[in-house]
Amino acid sequence: MIRSKDDGLRDTALSDKELNRALASTWSAQPGLWGALSTVDHKVIGRRYIATAFVFLALGGVLSLLMRLQLSQPEARFIGPDRYNQIFTMHGSNMMFLFAVPVMQAMAVYLVPLMVGTRNIAFPRLNAFSYWIYVAGGLLLWTAFIVDTGPDVGWFAYVPLSGPQYGVGKRADIWAQMITFTEVSALAIAVEIVVTVFKQRGPGMSLDRIPLFVWSMLVTSFLIILAMPAIMIASTSLILDRLVGTHFFNPAEGGDVLLWQHLFWFFGHPEVYIIFLPAVGMVSTIVATFTRRPVFGYLAMVMALVATGVLAFGLWVHHMFVAGLPRLGESFFTASSMAIAVPAGLQIFCWLATIWAGKPIFKTPFLFVIGFIVIFVIGGLTGVMVASVPFDTQVHDTYFVVAHFHYVLVGGAVFPLLGAIYYWFPKLTGKMMSETLGRWVFGLIFVGFNLTFFPMHILGLQGMPRRIYTYQPEMPWAGLNMFISLSAIVLAAGFLLFFVDAIRSARSGAVASANPWGASTLEWATASPPQPYNFARPPVVGSREPLWAEATALPVAAGLRVDRRELLITGVVEGIPEARESSVGNSIWPLWAALATTLTLVWSIFSPWAVVWGSIPVAVSLIGWFWPKGVLEDES
Amino acid sequence: MKENIVLDLTELPAHALGTASPSWWGTLAFMLIEGTGFALSIVIYLYLMSLAPRWPLGTLPPDLFAGSALTALLLASLVPNILVARWAREQDLRKVRLGLVVMAVLGIVPLILRGFEFPAMHIKWDQNAYGSIVWVMLGLHTTHILTDVIETLVLACLMFSRHGDTPRRFGDVGDNAMYWNFVVATWLPMYACLYWIPRL
Amino acid sequence: MRAARVIALWVATTACGCSGNQSALAPSGAPALHIEHLIIGIVALCAVIWLAVMVVLAGALWRKPQEDDAEIRQRRLTVVVTAAVAATAILIAGMTVASFYTTRSIGLPERASITITVRAQQWWWQVFYASSGQTSGFQTANEIHTPVGQDVHVRLESADVIHSFWIPSLAGKQDLVPGRSNSLLLRAEKPGVYRGQCAEFCGLQHSHMAVMVIAEAPADYARWIASQSADAIPTTGADVAAGRAAFLAKPCAACHTIRGTAANGTTGPDLTHVGSRQTIAAGLVETTRGSMAAWIADPQTLKPGNNMPMVPLTSIELQDISAYMESLK
Ligand code: HEA
Ligand code: HEA
Ligand code: HEC
Ligand code: CUA
Ligand SMILES: [Cu+2]
Repeated sequence: MIRSKDDGLRDTALSDKELNRALASTWSAQPGLWGALSTVDHKVIGRRYIATAFVFLALGGVLSLLMRLQLSQPEARFIGPDRYNQIFTMHGSNMMFLFAVPVMQAMAVYLVPLMVGTRNIAFPRLNAFSYWIYVAGGLLLWTAFIVDTGPDVGWFAYVPLSGPQYGVGKRADIWAQMITFTEVSALAIAVEIVVTVFKQRGPGMSLDRIPLFVWSMLVTSFLIILAMPAIMIASTSLILDRLVGTHFFNPAEGGDVLLWQHLFWFFGHPEVYIIFLPAVGMVSTIVATFTRRPVFGYLAMVMALVATGVLAFGLWVHHMFVAGLPRLGESFFTASSMAIAVPAGLQIFCWLATIWAGKPIFKTPFLFVIGFIVIFVIGGLTGVMVASVPFDTQVHDTYFVVAHFHYVLVGGAVFPLLGAIYYWFPKLTGKMMSETLGRWVFGLIFVGFNLTFFPMHILGLQGMPRRIYTYQPEMPWAGLNMFISLSAIVLAAGFLLFFVDAIRSARSGAVASANPWGASTLEWATASPPQPYNFARPPVVGSREPLWAEATALPVAAGLRVDRRELLITGVVEGIPEARESSVGNSIWPLWAALATTLTLVWSIFSPWAVVWGSIPVAVSLIGWFWPKGVLEDES
Repeated sequence: MKENIVLDLTELPAHALGTASPSWWGTLAFMLIEGTGFALSIVIYLYLMSLAPRWPLGTLPPDLFAGSALTALLLASLVPNILVARWAREQDLRKVRLGLVVMAVLGIVPLILRGFEFPAMHIKWDQNAYGSIVWVMLGLHTTHILTDVIETLVLACLMFSRHGDTPRRFGDVGDNAMYWNFVVATWLPMYACLYWIPRL
Repeated sequence: MRAARVIALWVATTACGCSGNQSALAPSGAPALHIEHLIIGIVALCAVIWLAVMVVLAGALWRKPQEDDAEIRQRRLTVVVTAAVAATAILIAGMTVASFYTTRSIGLPERASITITVRAQQWWWQVFYASSGQTSGFQTANEIHTPVGQDVHVRLESADVIHSFWIPSLAGKQDLVPGRSNSLLLRAEKPGVYRGQCAEFCGLQHSHMAVMVIAEAPADYARWIASQSADAIPTTGADVAAGRAAFLAKPCAACHTIRGTAANGTTGPDLTHVGSRQTIAAGLVETTRGSMAAWIADPQTLKPGNNMPMVPLTSIELQDISAYMESLK
């Protein structure tokens, strides 16, 4: 029944050298600016995404230093309340929506296709689109901030402060629309990752052979798919309340202010695991490589990921313990929140067991994992503390909570991320980062971090609320705040050194071999950095640690076409080959579509009609994107 | 690393069909996203209802005619829709062309009926929270009908063009039909919620 | 004008607005005491857990790998990990139950015999005492008096955005949510001044939205109620009388109420007994004639963005009005 011309050139007909040349010409991006704008290579886009996210980390970090400057003394007058409120809102929103979530997804964009042994991510054009939309959202937020229209309502923008009556001007609209940008880009990647993992795994990679990092990204992607609609609906309702006078959050007309909190945290709690679970995957990968053994309890680890993902949707009320909900209901959320300690503990115990049984190699990535365990367990335990309703009534909205979430966000996610950058840098760039500088970076950040954030627990218990631009001299907080601000300089120095090391190494680091750490997963089976087509032939997977199992030669499959972009489609459960499938070529249309979408969304901050008129260029660009161009990839 | 060829892929089809196809899974994933959105809109409706002293707030229950007619029409459209999907599986170009034209019409008529549903609610979006949520629910679903109609029209054009007659396009037609089923399926709980809950 | 600004800055940076403790670790009220016990218990337990994890981590890192039987080792590790997970489950169950009982032991605010209504505004606290027996109800601001050793039910409402009422030494916090009404139980075991501060971000001056609870012996409390429910005391002295006239002539009266005068505005705090309060402008500065003058001369420098505008006054008027304010004991 399949009518197909399908007589293209196959890899079976070529020598290795010819094969590489043919694949390179099929898969490469065009040269020049146009090529850079139209490429759909997941590695190029992934690298761009990662670099952009780190730029936002640096920017957000600079904001935090400004806050620390202002808070270093009582009644300091470096920054006024209006600017301060913008700064902490920008810091939080930027770190969560422009740094932490995107950087984790960006690592997945780069790594997941390599780790499952395929040639490109599923829906490569959507991937390009996602990046442009992300950049547009970031530019929107930061441009607004620079012209003094930055959002000033906190990263969770509680109504009515962010509503039409109190949030005058366009500041809250900017925040809400930035949400739309980042959520669209995040959802796009989530879909790509799910489909890549389901359908594009190398032959033989059954569910129980999927690397743990890939599992963590799969669970994360499902969290994104199920959680982000809540914030999209919430932010859209907020914009509607502000722009066209709906009453979702207006108690005078049947709306409710707590509705916003429910919707926000139904997203917001899973959000923190969206940031944390990828980090868990990175830790598992690094632990395995630097103890030279598979992570203890693979099945248990996967179950823990899934359990965390499921439980994540039953905890949101723990952010609202003092909003005045019925006490009995709150007790339920205490129980469900504490229950997260079980899968979290399980993972910690499995890593400890792995290290116990193995022989640790103290390279920089592994140092970050050790730092992660030390810090994250503190953060997790303070999480358990705030999960207790009576406890939380004393520390909610104080620096105790600020300490909790920096311990889990920086300790639990940024530490693994930095370890992951040191670990995968050779794959990303073909160069090694400096081991000497790496130790300094780790040391400075580890010490600086703890000195900066540990005292915040005490400040919180001593009654210091968060989000205050200043405090009065008679409060007993001045000493610790000065100490924290000074410590933040140490922390910043560590990050600065990290940036220096990364930039220097990318230019002139030692050249990396294909598998410099002797790791076990498939991304190390190809060159550093990989060729545009990732693998000359799709690797065949016979075990959970393919590169440790097959020490001499990589088992591969042959028979794919080389004259068009072709990759292998396999079954969801067993990874049995089902079909060859084309992967789309480069295209400029995702960029046009992103520009049209950006135009529409930004315009709609000012007029509801933008949605009507803007949909025309969006539709045109989407048709241009999908309309067949009669290339080989259209054949079937 | 040296390579060792252990598997031959030459006999595999050059295109993944049906549930093997990534685009089928992609469509499913997008349906999951949007389905969550629809479900949440219903939850918001019920939440606001639970807070209100009476429901619907400040107005009468909606008139049934336009919404019920639209529901009947959407349900009826499932028959040709399923047929199109089958013809697409059989790769019958002539029938698929016909089916797509029919489906385009069956997509546009509900849009016209939808125009009568908004006034049937007896409330505007900016009157109170009840008005806000019913307009947003109707609006949300309308955009889904609208995007599917546009997609159907574009696909119809494609099938009449020289690009039409390939398994890849037939796969697209199948995914499009699946998406229409989803648009219809999500309407049913929304219909029950919008039209019948206020009558309880 | 420059002078007023300088005074304002000087007051802001040196004057001590209030004394009193604001710490969850210095509890003086029953709810806060129960919570402190819970805090100490949970923190101690968690510290032990963390130390245990660190010991195992250190052991794992420093251990010399042994060439023992892989299978036995695997089995041993499985047992240990399973036991640790089971212990985790038991410990969190314990902490959940402890939390539950702590909540229960705090009791229900609705049972208390005294009810005070607090209505938060950007960025100060409006406080209502209901009429009881001989005394009529009255309004005050930023300062709450309670009798020691008695349960007090605080009804929490908001006039604009969400705020949070928090007196750490007496009880945990509770939000004030527009469109809703919340409750909190306060109970001071010792006489004293307990400072609190708005804990939910509420806009520009969220940082300067303090509230004071003054717990006093029941007799003192009754005296205070009696004096507050009376109208403003009659003016004595020339400057005070001039100040009163100026106050009524200027826009002040449009926003502030002084019972017993024509001033009946409701935008700002009730000033009937403003001179009797320890601080003004929600804990910003101590109540003295000088701080009054600094505040009235330029509220926007002392508390940028707050809802009291700068009312142009001559320096004589300013002195007189400040004297009048101070006299309103
Ligand atoms: C990476 C992000 C991340 C992670 C992983 C977590 C993890 C957890 N968080 Fe945290 N949280 C945030 C990010 C995160 N959080 C943020 C950003 C906020 C604030 C938002 C804002 O207000 O701005 C927040 C706020 C927050 C609150 C609201 C506080 C308040 O506003 O008053 C609560 C309340 O329950 C909470 C609980 C928890 C719990 C129970 C965990 C658990 O998952 C922790 C589980 C881990 C462990 C427990 C450690 C390991 C386990 C063992 C070693 C086993 C032994 C343990 C026991 C026996 C207990 N978090
Ligand atoms: C992943 C998320 C993340 C990260 C990494 C951080 C990192 C830091 N955060 Fe923040 N933070 C949040 C998420 C995060 N934060 C959130 C969600 C909030 C709540 C916001 C709200 O209330 O709405 C918050 C709030 C918050 C507050 C409370 C503000 C308030 O309530 O008033 C403070 C105060 O100290 C703070 C400090 C810091 C510090 C010192 C760091 C440091 O770790 C930062 C270190 C990094 C640097 C200092 C960058 C150094 C780099 C350079 C200098 C290089 C520049 C050069 C080149 C470009 C090459 N953060
Ligand atoms: C437009 C309204 C408005 C006008 C006019 C106004 N005030 Fe106020 N006033 C306020 C508000 C609002 C506050 C509370 C400010 C805060 O603490 O954030 C306040 C606070 C005060 C306080 C401190 C009260 C306390 O207990 O903390 C004093 C004293 C005061 N005003 C005196 C005056 C005087 C004197 C004038 C006239 C010269 C005046 N006000 C004019 C609105 C006004
Ligand atoms: Cu009121 Cu913060
Ligand atoms: Cu949470």
